[in-house]
Amino acid sequence: MTDNWREGGFGLYIHWPFCAAKCPYCDFNSHVSSQIVMADWQAAYLAELARYARETPNRVLSSVYFGGGTPSLMDPAVVGAVLDAVAGHWTPANDIEITLEANPSSVEAERFAGYAAAGVNRVSMGFQALNDGDLKALGRLHDVETALAALDVARSTFDRINFDLIYGRQDQSLEDWTAELQRAVGFEPDHLSLYQLTIEDGTAFGDRFARGKLRGLPDEDLSADMYFATQDICEDAGLLAYEVSNHAKPGQESRHNLIYWSAGDYIGIGPGAHGRLSLGGRRWSTWTELSPSKWLDQALKHNGEAGREALSRADQAGEYLMMGLRTTRGLDLDRYEAISGVPLDEMVLQDLVKNGYLNLNNRYLAPTRSGRAVLNAVIRELLPS
Amino acid sequence: MTDLAHIRNFSIVAHIDHGKSTLADRLIQATNTVPDRDMKEQLLDAMDIERERGITIKANTVRIEYDALDGQSYVLNLIDTPGHVDFAYEVSRSMRAVEGSLLVVDSTQGVEAQTLANVYQAIDADHEIVPVFNKIDLPASDISRVAEQVEDVIGIDASGAIAVSAKTGEGIREVLEAIVHRLPAPTGDADAPLKAMLVDSWYDPYLGVVVLVRVMDGKMKKNDRVMFMQNGTVHQIDKIGVFRPKMQDVKELGPGEIGFITASIKQVRDTKVGDTITHEKKGCEKPLPGFNPSIPVVFCGLFPVDSAEFEDLRDAIEKLALNDASFSYEMETSAALGFGFRCGFLGLLHLEVVRDRLEREYDIELITTAPSVVYNIYMKDGTMQELHNPADMPDLTYVDHVEEPRIKATIMVPDEFLGDVLKLCQDRRGIQLDLTYAGSRAMVVYDLPLNEVVFDFYDRLKSVTKGYASFDYSIEGYRQDNLVKMQILVNDEPVDALSMMVHRDRAEMRGRAMCEKLKDLIPRHMFKIPIQAAIGGKVIARETLSALRKDVTAKCYGGDATRKKKLLEKQKAGKKKMRQFGKVEIPQEAFISALKMDG
Ligand SMILES: Nc1nc2c(ncn2[C@@H]2O[C@H](COP(=O)(O)OP(=O)(O)OP(=O)(O)O)[C@@H](O)[C@H]2O)c(=O)[nH]1
Ligand SMILES: C[S@@+](CC[C@H](N)C(=O)[O-])C[C@H]1O[C@@H](n2cnc3c(N)ncnc32)[C@H](O)[C@@H]1O
Ligand code: SF4
Ligand SMILES: [Mg+2]
Repeated sequence: MTDNWREGGFGLYIHWPFCAAKCPYCDFNSHVSSQIVMADWQAAYLAELARYARETPNRVLSSVYFGGGTPSLMDPAVVGAVLDAVAGHWTPANDIEITLEANPSSVEAERFAGYAAAGVNRVSMGFQALNDGDLKALGRLHDVETALAALDVARSTFDRINFDLIYGRQDQSLEDWTAELQRAVGFEPDHLSLYQLTIEDGTAFGDRFARGKLRGLPDEDLSADMYFATQDICEDAGLLAYEVSNHAKPGQESRHNLIYWSAGDYIGIGPGAHGRLSLGGRRWSTWTELSPSKWLDQALKHNGEAGREALSRADQAGEYLMMGLRTTRGLDLDRYEAISGVPLDEMVLQDLVKNGYLNLNNRYLAPTRSGRAVLNAVIRELLPS
Repeated sequence: MTDLAHIRNFSIVAHIDHGKSTLADRLIQATNTVPDRDMKEQLLDAMDIERERGITIKANTVRIEYDALDGQSYVLNLIDTPGHVDFAYEVSRSMRAVEGSLLVVDSTQGVEAQTLANVYQAIDADHEIVPVFNKIDLPASDISRVAEQVEDVIGIDASGAIAVSAKTGEGIREVLEAIVHRLPAPTGDADAPLKAMLVDSWYDPYLGVVVLVRVMDGKMKKNDRVMFMQNGTVHQIDKIGVFRPKMQDVKELGPGEIGFITASIKQVRDTKVGDTITHEKKGCEKPLPGFNPSIPVVFCGLFPVDSAEFEDLRDAIEKLALNDASFSYEMETSAALGFGFRCGFLGLLHLEVVRDRLEREYDIELITTAPSVVYNIYMKDGTMQELHNPADMPDLTYVDHVEEPRIKATIMVPDEFLGDVLKLCQDRRGIQLDLTYAGSRAMVVYDLPLNEVVFDFYDRLKSVTKGYASFDYSIEGYRQDNLVKMQILVNDEPVDALSMMVHRDRAEMRGRAMCEKLKDLIPRHMFKIPIQAAIGGKVIARETLSALRKDVTAKCYGGDATRKKKLLEKQKAGKKKMRQFGKVEIPQEAFISALKMDG
C-alpha cells in the first residue's frame, strides 16, 4: 500500500495568499495586504522546499501549481527562484506541468512573459464572467475587454491556457448562461473550469444569504438545467468533462488536479496549504498556519508546517471515494479495496447502478451524467456508515 | 387560628392579561407582606415558563394581613388565577376554596370571553363579586364604557366597581376595604370534626408532595394523623403552614383558613384534588362534594428526535407528571418515529408548556405528532372504545359509527371582523347558537367540533381579527358525524404518525393540502416519491415529489478534502435512520407543519 500514491502521481502546491481585493463569494485563504516583502516570501518558500525535499528524495515530480489568492501578483523573480530550487530537489517529469493562477488584468498580463521565462507553462485565468455587470456584482476588478486582452497576451506566451467561469449567478437565466458559455468556447481554450456559484459560510455573500438579502439565485431545477446545458455545450465543442467542473480537449486535462482526484501525493507549501504524503509506510495529512504573517514567521524561523497526522485506512478510502468519483475515469475498485480493506456495500452499489447513477466498467466505478449532478448524494450512499 | 369574622377569602379572576397578577402584587405590597427589596413584577408567577411568557399557569395562594380603616386586623387569603382557557380548571377549583371574587376587567379592553366564563363560574360558586376596572393609568381607559358592558353583557351591577391602576397603586386601598366590607366572612365550626378541602397539590423536590387545603370545620395541626377520604389513606402531618407567599409554618389551621400541609406523600397522583381530609380518629362523616376531575382533551405523540433518548424522555415525563396531575401519558410506538409517549393535555397551550418544559428542563429534543381529540368508536358488536390515536382506528368493517367531542365556543369580537369570524366557524363545521351585540362588540356562540379547533383555530382567529377577538370554550359532549381516518402514504408506505380523523366532506380538501405541504417539506431523494392521502384503500389526493436533480460540490481540490469529507460523513450520519436505499426520510417539522391549515 505504501506505493499507492504512484498511481496518482506526485505534485507540489504553492499557496500565495494575497489578492488586490477580496471577492465577496470567495472563501479561499486570500488577504489584501500592502506590506508584502517579496524576498521574505521567497526565502520562506525555499526553506520549505528544502525541508520537504529531504523527506521525499528520488521522486519524479509531475506538477507544480501556484495557487491563491492571486499568484499573478508574485514577482516573476520569486517564481523563478522557486522553480530553480524545485529543479534542484526533484527530477522533473518530461512533461511536467507548471501552472500559475492569474487574474486577468493588464498589470498582470505584463508579467506573463516573466513567468514563462521562469518556467511556467500553463496559466489558469479567473475570468468568472463575460459581462461587465456580473463581473461587478461578483466584486471583480477587471472588465471583459481587459480580460480578453490578457487572454491574447497569454496565448502568445503559454502553451496551455485555462480560464474559470462562475455560473448560477444572481438573476442569471439559463439562456444568459448558455449564450455566455457559447461565447467562451468560441475562444477555443484547451481547458475550461466552470463552477456553479457556491455560497460559502464566512464570506460576504454567505452573510447576505443568511440575512435573506442575496436574491435571484437559481433553484435546484434551474441549477440542474444549467449544469446539463454546460455539459452539452462543452461536449459539442470538444471540451470533455473529465471532472465535475472541469472540461478539456483530450490530453489537456490538468495533471495537477488529477493528482488530487486520484489520491496521489502532494506537498502543500504556504499559508493554509494542505499536503498528502506517503512516507514510511503511512499516508500523512499535513497542514499549515492560515495567517500569512504567522506562516511566514514560522517558515523563516523553523518550519512552516503546523501539524501532520497519519490517516487511517478508512479515512484514506473515504477520500479516494469522494475524490475519485468526481472524475470521468472513476474509482478503481481494486485500488479502493486495497486501501480500505473492506469493499463497498455491494447492495448499495448495485442499487445506484440500477437506478442509473453509476456505471461499472472493468472494475472502474464512474458516475453517469445524472449521477455526477447528484454526486454528493451518491457518495453519502456509498460512504460506509 | 383566626376567628372567622376576621377572615376573608377571595380569588382574583379575569381574562388573560387584564392584570390579575399585577393586582396581586399591589395587594401584597400594600399590606407589607413582602419587604420592598424582595418585590418584583408578577411576584406570584414564579415558574420560569410563567415569567418568560408573562402569563400565569398555576393558581397561587397568599395570605396577607390587612389593618382596615375600621381599626381591626383581617387575614385575607387571595388566590391569583390563570386567565388562559386551558387552565380554566385551576380557576374553578380555586373558587371552591373561597367566598368571593375580584373580577378584574382591563378598562382599555373591556369584557372579553374569559371575563364572561369566569363570572359564570363565580356565580355558580355562589360568590360575592367585586368588579375591579384596571389600568386606569392608560389613556385608552374608558370606565363608563366598561361599566356599561358589565351591566349589559354580564348582567351584574357595576355601580360598586372600583377603578384602579395595578401599575401605579391607585385605588388599592378601596379594593382592600371592599374585600373586608363587601365579601362575606367564611363560616365553619372549630369544634366540629375536621373537614378540609384538598384544593391543589404539587411536588416539591425538597419537601415531597405539598397539599393546599381549605379548612371548613375543625382544626388541623402538626403530627395529626389525617385521612384522605377518597381512598382512605392515612398520613401524618409533617409540616403545616401558610404562604406569604414563602412558606411559613403555623401551629394550626382552623375553619375558614387556607394553608398547606406536607405528610410524606410520594406522588401527586396519590392526592385527588377536591378530596376531603379529616382526622383518622373521630373523623367527619360526610365528605365534601368534590370537584369534577380535569379531563385531557387534546392528545399527541411525543417522540425523542434521537431514539437513544427514549429512556431519558420516560424519566422526564414521569418527573413532570409528579407536578402536573392534569396531563396523562402512556407508551406508544410508531413505525416512523420509534418509541415515544401518547400524552393528553387540557388544551394546546398546556401541550406547548409541557413540551417546552421537557425540551428545556430535561434537554430532550422532541418530535410532536398531530394533536388529536378523543373519539368514541361504536363497534358493530355494541361495544364502545375511546380512540386517542388515529393510527389505532379499528377496521371500518367492524365500526358502526363514530362520535366526536363538540364544544361551545364563545367569541367576542369587534363587529368589523364579525364576518371573518363567522366564515371561520362555518368552515370549521360550526353551528351558530347565538349572536348578540354590546355596543360595537359582537358575541357569537358556536357549537364546533373540537377537532376543528384543536390545531390552529386560535391562531387563525387571531389572524383574521388582528388579535381583537377573544375566545373561550367548554366541552359540551359527543355527537355522531361522518368521520373517517385519513392515511398518508409516502412512497407507498403509510406513515402512521400522519394519520388523522377528518370529516368525510372535508377529506379531499385536507388530503390535498397535506400532500402539497409534504411535497414542500420532504427533501428530494434519489428517486421519485409519490405522496398520497387515502381513506381505507382509496386514494383521494396525490402529489409526486420529483427525484433529486442537483447536489454536487462544485470545487473540490487538495486543500478541501478533509473538510468536505467530514461534511458528507456528517450529513450521512444525520440520515442514520435510513439504513437502506429507497427509504424516505421525513424531517421532523413535517409532522406538525403538514397539518396547519391555511383556510
Ligand atoms: N399600564 C398598566 N399596565 C398594567 C396594569 N396592570 C397590569 N398591567 C400590565 O398588563 C400585563 C398583564 O399583567 P398580568 O398581571 O400578568 O396579567 P394577568 O391577568 O395576571 O395575566 P394571566 O395570568 O396570563 O392571565 C403586564 O404587562 C402588566 O404590566 C395597569 O394597571 N396599568
Ligand atoms: C483560487 S480561485 C482563482 C484564483 C484567482 N484569484 C481568481 O479569482 O481569478 C479559483 C477559482 O475558484 C472559483 N471560485 C472561488 N470561489 C468560488 C465560489 N464561492 N463559488 C464558485 N466558484 C468559486 C473561481 O472561479 C476562481 O477562479
Ligand atoms: S476569487 Fe480569486 S481574486 Fe477573488 S479573493 Fe478569491 S482568490 Fe482572490
Ligand atoms: Mg397572571
